[in-house]
Amino acid sequence: MAIELKMPALSPTMEQGTLAKWLKAEGDRIEPGDIIAEIETDKATMEFEAIDEGVLSKILIAAGTEDVAVGAVIALIEGEGEEAATPAPAAAEAPASAPAPAPKAEKPAPAPTAKDPAIPAGTSLTSTTVREALRDAMAEEMRADPRVFVMGEEVAEYQGAYKVTQGLLAEFGPKRVIDTPITEYGFAGIGTGAAMGGLRPIVEFMTFNFAMQAIDHIINSAAKTNYMSGGQMRCPIVFRGPNGAATRVGAQHSQNYGPWYASVPGLIVIAPYDAADAKGLLKAAIRCDDPVVFLENELVYGRNFDVPDMDDYVLPIGKARIMREGSDVTIVSYSIGVGMALDAAATLADEGIDAEVIDLRTLRPLDTQAILTSLAKTNRLIIAEEGWPTCSIASEVIAVCMEQGFDHLDAPVLRVCNEDVPLPYAANLEKLALIDPARIAAAARKVCYK
Amino acid sequence: MAKQPAKPSVAKKTSVPTGDHPDFTLHSLQDAFEANKRYAADDAEMMEFYRQMLLIRRFEEKAGQLYGLGLIGGFCHLYIGQEAVAIGLQSALDNDRDSVITGYRDHGHMLAYGIDPKVIMAELTGREAGISKGKGGSMHMFSTEHKFYGGHGIVGAQVALGGGLALAHQYNNDGGICLAYFGDGAANQGQVYETFNMAALWKLPIVFVVEDNQYAMGTATKRSSAETAFYRRGTAFRIPGMEVNGMDVLEVRAAAEIAFAHVRAGHGPVLMECNTYRYRGHSMSDPAKYRTREEVQEQRDHHDPIEGLKKTLIEAGKTEDELKAIDKGIRADVAQAADFAETSPEPGAGELYTDVLVGEY
Ligand SMILES: Cc1ncc(C[n+]2csc(CCOP(=O)(O)OP(=O)(O)O)c2C)c(N)n1
Ligand SMILES: [Mg+2]
Repeated sequence: MAIELKMPALSPTMEQGTLAKWLKAEGDRIEPGDIIAEIETDKATMEFEAIDEGVLSKILIAAGTEDVAVGAVIALIEGEGEEAATPAPAAAEAPASAPAPAPKAEKPAPAPTAKDPAIPAGTSLTSTTVREALRDAMAEEMRADPRVFVMGEEVAEYQGAYKVTQGLLAEFGPKRVIDTPITEYGFAGIGTGAAMGGLRPIVEFMTFNFAMQAIDHIINSAAKTNYMSGGQMRCPIVFRGPNGAATRVGAQHSQNYGPWYASVPGLIVIAPYDAADAKGLLKAAIRCDDPVVFLENELVYGRNFDVPDMDDYVLPIGKARIMREGSDVTIVSYSIGVGMALDAAATLADEGIDAEVIDLRTLRPLDTQAILTSLAKTNRLIIAEEGWPTCSIASEVIAVCMEQGFDHLDAPVLRVCNEDVPLPYAANLEKLALIDPARIAAAARKVCYK
Repeated sequence: MAKQPAKPSVAKKTSVPTGDHPDFTLHSLQDAFEANKRYAADDAEMMEFYRQMLLIRRFEEKAGQLYGLGLIGGFCHLYIGQEAVAIGLQSALDNDRDSVITGYRDHGHMLAYGIDPKVIMAELTGREAGISKGKGGSMHMFSTEHKFYGGHGIVGAQVALGGGLALAHQYNNDGGICLAYFGDGAANQGQVYETFNMAALWKLPIVFVVEDNQYAMGTATKRSSAETAFYRRGTAFRIPGMEVNGMDVLEVRAAAEIAFAHVRAGHGPVLMECNTYRYRGHSMSDPAKYRTREEVQEQRDHHDPIEGLKKTLIEAGKTEDELKAIDKGIRADVAQAADFAETSPEPGAGELYTDVLVGEY
């Protein structure tokens, strides 16, 4: 069989080139490594080297021919003892038949969403701070799974910069509760590598502002390995810590990274509001085989909420929660915004507007069904987000409503977000910059045309 | 072994290892410094150092009070105990040419320039008259007029930024050098070493100063750092190191003279470790459980930079009364600054939207 020599590509983007010159003639003996021809594009010239041995039996493309397609057969080599033969026309004219159309990629339908676990009748509730609920979630998972450990700045001896890891060092010891130097990029990478190596790290960022030092590992290392390895290499890690504005800590320490991480395929992004969700979702995050960015909020850490006294309270990831049922307008929110949305709903109720409040809880994957179902019921929707408006979760929810809920809309969807400025330090300016219940209520009235 | 900071014994540690190559002079600056450790200040200079350090001390004490009263919010990191570092170094700068950059613990470095305490205090209270119009706060103060480039909240970021300021000095051939301060905790950030490499490779005019106050929040250096002799950490980049008692303004000044001359002559960066101590908590909320009261008291009693200089001044013939008079004047200035910061108005609401971008699009 003759060996076909094909037009090579000089770069990943090259589609065609010029066959500038033949350095061998028909009938010449070819050894591997011989330069047979010169190929040119507008960017470069390359020598075409033989890797086979034999006799150059036929030149199919003449020197000087332009626009030769990459992959086109340009010459034939006969191995030792073979008869020179004219190539079959089909081969010479390849590709003769039009390539089969690429099969269209179908996005798999989302799995039927799981429901929150039923809380058995008679289960007692304990008023718990979000801070304690998070700690309890970590402690329970650490008791259950020896692969789980916590690392971060001041998480051990100091008991956590915001006291979320309080008591963990005493119970689990320094092997599993590890103080790191201030080296976010380094320890995020070490955590990610440990997850690849089979451990289940919980990496605490003192605040997510400092995770910007580490965002390369979160996105390039953690989020993409499963995909790039064709599903071989898992990265079950939780990156957690406070996110969003605190109080008067200025522009570099006050930002909501929800939209940043939620835009990255390969990540799970969770941003709970109350203590029960914080606990149930953090436990789910730690068990999850995917990398999870778990966004907490410093201003909510100290708030008390009822948490069911159950041995193993785990919530489904990717499922929103109706915090308050209503029929006139839907207020979608997450994290600290949920509390403000509930306050706004209470104000609106006094005015005769019945608002439904939805806590997204997970920002990626987004529970679009919950949003659309509520929209179909109320026909009006706003989003309250403690974060910048541009390219936000709010923008995403609006897109979902436009694409999939248009027929249900009786008013444009509005977003209530922070002002589009870096957060100022001055007390009065900070107040002006951040969302509050009054602004949420005003937007709700507006979409109700009241 | 845990390092005993800011004690005379510190400086007796061996100097930087020299390596094999004969022209590898990492130790030469330290040798020059050891030969003559205390700057020979004249009386007027010494009095000025005293005044400046005391101003920082009193200003910070007042800031602590105002924080307690709720007039200052967010994070507020005091410089009390570390005064000799900023004054010793910055008094040796050529302020027409040189630049300075630091982290969030920045009040002292601003005051070292002689910037009006009123506009600094007004920034702390978030008022229109503040040096950042109230929009930056304690951690984010800048004075481009003085070539003071802030005021940065992300630990370690100022080191790379300082490298950039030094690049600009070199690029413009303006004869200036950059002084980049960072903490013992910041010294573990990767970008610090990336910057060291480029600074040494390109011979950038920069003095890296580790203000080793023994703790990063609640973490003692020995719990975070494999090498706590920070001055050695440039060795791999062939950056000469210096180890300085940061509780003695005259030692710091002497070291500054040597380091600045080396850098200004085009020999590339210097890494200086100033051993010092912060008396107060990391910021205003600090559980202070990571060290003993006795440890803090020991530093105050035996290594205080202001008391130390006072002793030298008295030996030189100054009287207690003269020094008291200085303190009195400073207290009055600081009280005035506080009044100003309390009573001056908040920024106008329109300021919310200003300064986001320079251009209009
Ligand atoms: C990248 C980053 N990580 C964490 C923090 C939180 N933080 C602020 S100051 C600090 C300690 C820094 O200690 P050090 O460098 O020794 O400086 P010092 O406060 O002692 O002056 C930490 C962890 C931060 N601001 N930036
Ligand atoms: Mg420190």
